[in-house]
Amino acid sequence: MATNFANLRFYRWLSSLVLVLIAGCDSQGTASLSENSVIYCSEGTPAILNPQLETSGVTIDATAKQLYNQLIAFDPKDNSIAPSLAKSWHVTKDNKKITFYLRQNVFFHQTEYFTPTRPLNADDVLFSFNRILDRTQVFHYVSGGKYPFFQSVGFAELIESIERINDHTIRFTLKRADSSFLANLATDFAVILSKEYGEQLIKTNELEKLDTQPIGTGPFKLKEYRAGSYLRLMPHDNYWATPSSLKQLIYDITPSNTGRLTKLLAGECDVIAYPIAHQKITENPLLTLESVTAMNIGYLGFNTTKPPFNDKRVRRAIAHAINKPAILNTIYKGDSAAEPAVSILPPSSWAYNDNVDTIDYSIDKAKDLLEQAGIGSDLTLNLWAMPVQRSYNPDAVTMAKLIQADLKKVGISVKIVTYNWQEFLRRLALGEHDAVLLGWSADHPDPDNFFSPLLSCASAETGNNRTFWCNETFDDLLQSSLDTTDMNARREYYRQALNIVADEMPLFPIAHSKRFQAKKHNLKGNILRSYGGISFEGVEKH
Amino acid sequence: MFILTILTFSLSFFFPGEHLANISGQINATPEQLELVALEYGKHESVLYQYWYYLNHLFQGNLGVSMNSQLPVADEIMSHLPATIELTLVALFIAMIAGIPIGFIAAIRHRKKTDNLILSFSMIGYSIPVFWLALLAILVFSIQLGWLPSAGQISLVYEIEQVTGILFIDILISDTPYKWQAFNNATTHIILPACVIALAPATIFVRLARTAMLSVLDSHYIKAAMAKGLNTRQIVFRHAIRNAMVNVIRDVGLQFANLVTLAMVTEVIFNWPGIGNWLIQSIYQRDYTAIQGGLLALSSFIFIVHILTDFIYASLNPLARGSKHAS
Repeated sequence: MATNFANLRFYRWLSSLVLVLIAGCDSQGTASLSENSVIYCSEGTPAILNPQLETSGVTIDATAKQLYNQLIAFDPKDNSIAPSLAKSWHVTKDNKKITFYLRQNVFFHQTEYFTPTRPLNADDVLFSFNRILDRTQVFHYVSGGKYPFFQSVGFAELIESIERINDHTIRFTLKRADSSFLANLATDFAVILSKEYGEQLIKTNELEKLDTQPIGTGPFKLKEYRAGSYLRLMPHDNYWATPSSLKQLIYDITPSNTGRLTKLLAGECDVIAYPIAHQKITENPLLTLESVTAMNIGYLGFNTTKPPFNDKRVRRAIAHAINKPAILNTIYKGDSAAEPAVSILPPSSWAYNDNVDTIDYSIDKAKDLLEQAGIGSDLTLNLWAMPVQRSYNPDAVTMAKLIQADLKKVGISVKIVTYNWQEFLRRLALGEHDAVLLGWSADHPDPDNFFSPLLSCASAETGNNRTFWCNETFDDLLQSSLDTTDMNARREYYRQALNIVADEMPLFPIAHSKRFQAKKHNLKGNILRSYGGISFEGVEKH
Repeated sequence: MFILTILTFSLSFFFPGEHLANISGQINATPEQLELVALEYGKHESVLYQYWYYLNHLFQGNLGVSMNSQLPVADEIMSHLPATIELTLVALFIAMIAGIPIGFIAAIRHRKKTDNLILSFSMIGYSIPVFWLALLAILVFSIQLGWLPSAGQISLVYEIEQVTGILFIDILISDTPYKWQAFNNATTHIILPACVIALAPATIFVRLARTAMLSVLDSHYIKAAMAKGLNTRQIVFRHAIRNAMVNVIRDVGLQFANLVTLAMVTEVIFNWPGIGNWLIQSIYQRDYTAIQGGLLALSSFIFIVHILTDFIYASLNPLARGSKHAS
């Protein structure tokens, strides 16, 4: 008898438990935590949390405008240079001396691992730039000792000295005038670190923590980072501008693009990077699709050090054989998401020139050129397709397959190669590829930012020039353009440079695309920027 | 267990790459470090000795370091296994409370419409592939209806420190002011994957419970009870259920291996941070140390569960205990 009742009672207890679980305890009264937290579903794992060391969009999106500030910044409205940590600056007439006047009472993050005792001063600025420039500084070689952006723009060769005038004044002296210098300092990479934190790390002998447990002055501070899974940021209460009204900002790392879409539709993310199925999102009344004309270029780059791709005829032949309109239709979904690239410069750049030689789609020309170069029918091309989505190339693997089909028509067999992103970049730097589908997003409005990082000789050695192409005439043209402030002269130099690229074809420009993002309606504020990474400063949730 | 260790040990020879690197996970070691590792694993001695050294490492809980993260594999397993245990337990629980009563009902209504209906539904349920069901469930409940989340163990909004690894316990012992919100959130996260995993075992329980109940109802003591004039309700609740349960419990253990396999697939789809997800990631990344360690841990875990269920069965069923003494 007792057992039977026990059984009944057990089931009754069970059903009530289930009811409690399902009904939950919403009646608690406290405001829900998720109401004030923003979850951003991002597309990849940042390799390191310091933008000085990386140009990858994943790192920049996560850190540059969240954890840090730069001396100056681009105004999101008109892309002019605006004050940030420096409240004003002065440039001498010869363009060689630039003096920055720092803002007072700017505080660094206070976290579990660091408590600042003083506000920002000129020492911190000196410390941050010396890390990049001064090989004797303790931190210079920490985390690899490579500063790809700064190396690609020749920062070390440009700076004569950086002096601390007083606590809140600092002066940069340049070896020569450089018209892109201010723009370079306003990029996401020129972040200001805390010298005091650096000293603490020297004492505890944990130098690499400068880049993995970052301290900055930005609107958010690091709480927790688990590579491959999430990044948790908290608002910086003593932020010099308006502190964020959010309680938390979480980067939910979701590399799969269907995964991100599902999470957005299921309400698990507030914002997602690089959404697919745009129509599905615009149809949903709770969601908005946003886009920004990004200054970028998606291209097919050849490894110009590897035969037979060191022969420009072979490169041009391949370019002739690729059906660009088909790629644009398939990968970028037509005109709404991208425009075909004529050269590496997007049409919105002031140096854009459509008077540049272009390559038309012609299988006959391709075959002719291959014949001239003495290539038989047994050429195999290892085409590397990047494993992540970027606005300039939302689906590199599919693009690679289209190119594979195109090149089959001229007798070139294509092997598609892909690795996880970190491994991909590492092997790419070693030059293991024949050709690669890659791209570049500009960090600032100066056209030099398309030329130097992508195709200069300096960049071939250390930076992002994965074609390893190095042409002295081309480099001289870039340099001449930087030396002058005369806009018409600069335009002419860049036109000539573009023609050299079109002739040599170290890379085949494919498309300039918009960057998309989808978010919930209740999220207010601008997250997307035309240049560089996203920003959650001033974002609110209602 | 013995065969299992031999298998994982030999795997490190069969996997591509250096045996020593495979077994220890030290891929970036300097020659000096490598020499040290070689000594530790008895590289210079015969294979039998090497196996002995390997066993020694195992007993010390040392499974080497993961080739990818360079963290000890044992630690990684300890941080992922609890999430799987949690998921499988909840799934098992759902399968039992849904499957067993339905099976009993089918048995009581033997050869009637209800019985046929239940049997055909359980056949369909058993035949549905779990990955398809998982995707379908996400499509319907997460995307179309928006009732339940589609991925993860809990919303990232809640910061729960991992103590036991079983999330529900961690939430309850954590000191967050949002305990109930977190608890709720974790519950909504577990419902979908647990139900998906539970479906196939539930249908098995339906049939097990039905068979067990039928044999009990066919037994002499039930006939005696009927002869005494008890009605069906009394017979079923007083006499049949407990006796039928005993037979079902014995098979629950056997279902566990099945359940873990289903959980591994489901974890990947629901992005559940469990051992299945971790192991499949390791396989993708050719992380041989992690594969060996993960296989060993998972198999030992299922092995232990089998032994445990045998004990539970023995404690529930006096006959099983008796027969042991008798033999």
